[in-house]
Amino acid sequence: MILTIAWREFRSLFLSPLAWVILAVVQLILAFMFLGHIEQYLIWQSRLLGMDDAPGLTEIIVAPLFGNAAIVLLLIVPLITMRLVSEERRNRTLSLLFSAPISMTEIVLGKYLGILLFLLLVLCMIALMPLSLLIGSSIDLGLFASGLLGLGLLLAGFAAIGLYMSTLTQHPTVAAIASFGALLLFWILDWSGEGTAGNGSVLAYLSLLNHYEPFLRGIFDSADAIFHLLFIATFLVLSIRHLDADRMGA
Amino acid sequence: MNAEVLVDIKEVSRFYGDNQALKNVSFRVQKGEVLGFLGPNGAGKTTAMQIITGNLAPSSGSVTIAGHDLLEDPRAAKAAIGYLPEQPPVYRELTVDEYLDYCAALNRIAKSQCRPARETAKEKCGLSDVGRRLIGNLSKGYQQRVGLAQAVIHLPPVVVLDEPTVGLDPIQIREIRELIRELGKEHSVILSTHILPEVQLVCDYVQIINKGELVLSDSIGGLQHHLKGASHTVAFRQAPDLSVLEQIAGVKSVQREKEPYLRIFFEPDKDPTDEIVKLSVENKWGLYEMRPGRVSLEEIFVELTTDEPASQEAAA
Repeated sequence: MILTIAWREFRSLFLSPLAWVILAVVQLILAFMFLGHIEQYLIWQSRLLGMDDAPGLTEIIVAPLFGNAAIVLLLIVPLITMRLVSEERRNRTLSLLFSAPISMTEIVLGKYLGILLFLLLVLCMIALMPLSLLIGSSIDLGLFASGLLGLGLLLAGFAAIGLYMSTLTQHPTVAAIASFGALLLFWILDWSGEGTAGNGSVLAYLSLLNHYEPFLRGIFDSADAIFHLLFIATFLVLSIRHLDADRMGA
Repeated sequence: MNAEVLVDIKEVSRFYGDNQALKNVSFRVQKGEVLGFLGPNGAGKTTAMQIITGNLAPSSGSVTIAGHDLLEDPRAAKAAIGYLPEQPPVYRELTVDEYLDYCAALNRIAKSQCRPARETAKEKCGLSDVGRRLIGNLSKGYQQRVGLAQAVIHLPPVVVLDEPTVGLDPIQIREIRELIRELGKEHSVILSTHILPEVQLVCDYVQIINKGELVLSDSIGGLQHHLKGASHTVAFRQAPDLSVLEQIAGVKSVQREKEPYLRIFFEPDKDPTDEIVKLSVENKWGLYEMRPGRVSLEEIFVELTTDEPASQEAAA
């Protein structure tokens, strides 16, 4: 049942130009950045050769690419998630789901899964770029995998916030702006704390950035992964509760 | 009557903030009945429909669908219901076939059964020719039919329709009514509307709701029987004084209607027809027309849903 909803959500995205445009724009911008990083590497190459313990190809190209991808997608994900519930509410199609023999949890998970499918596609397209380096060179696949996993978890978190914001309103634009604001806030939460998660500050701990950066450096800390999973679960539960409360009309 | 009770609503109330939209509403619908739910705008019809279909939770009271409590066992209860809200819940970007397949899947129809279920629903609702068209490109009437097909695709015992004929042209309205009557043979149908003739045409039972309260609940037959006997409309060539007519046994009052008609109200069991005819012949009043004045559903409706029934009656 969850899969049915997810599949429709995924297919509906491609029935409007939105998904195609998003895929194209993300790919274009990131490809441009990717080329920029490669050029940088080529310029630095002679100097790197002379250094002991020089950073490798992956650290110079792949890690910054994933870092940039996170910022670009921070802008983009709210645009994909904004329609999830708000548009259905606006078009009054929500009652189709509410009067069908399915639970609220199934509805929310189905919609979330549909978006994850789309983000997985985005992730694959991004991953293709560093992988293309394999043709003429070799990259640190461990670092690459860790970065990809981090980006995947991060995007899943973005989608969860977006979904929750979409349950709050019936205007997709409002949902988009609200989720964008929330994401940005979680991102910059720790600007004053100088990006160190270990110093005990709550703000530093809540910052998404602090839990993403280790992945880019190739450090897989299960605490970071669990943080992301908890983050996702929190917003999914909030979405379910909100939709249920909506029905109660509290 | 030991027919199966499919919908059992017990003392359902619903508040929106301080505003009570439904006040202790209770009713039952048996298998194979078409129940008409009448009321002026804002009377609580849609709220009642939404509560029956589980789109809204009642503030108090219980809803039982085909033996399953809607709050305790929502999945089984909802599986027994098909719902067409005021606005058909269709996805404009899908084709009719895609949409109905999705609805079938949502209602847990097995994959192998999806296609036959879809084809049957399409055939029932006259959609066979438009299966491959985008719903967004269909006319309002066809979208309404798609909504209806969605409500019956899983052959639910109970079908709930909220103002299904609003915004349709007269031919489409007739077709949809035909369809509702057809549905009434196999399913129980709850129909909300503010169009009175519709109820008279398609329903077995009528309920009138006003300001959240049920003010009338009767079968169409009983209602008409109850109403028919109460007055006659007559026309005389030389009309006698009203006071003369009022003295006939059983006559309660006489009113002038549009010339040359008079309306004679009488006690339900004392029909003065014979007496009027006899007196007319004796006194040469020249009675040339007489027909039982049916109180239309409309009049009952107006009477029950306005605060001052007396003034309404006088105006009529």
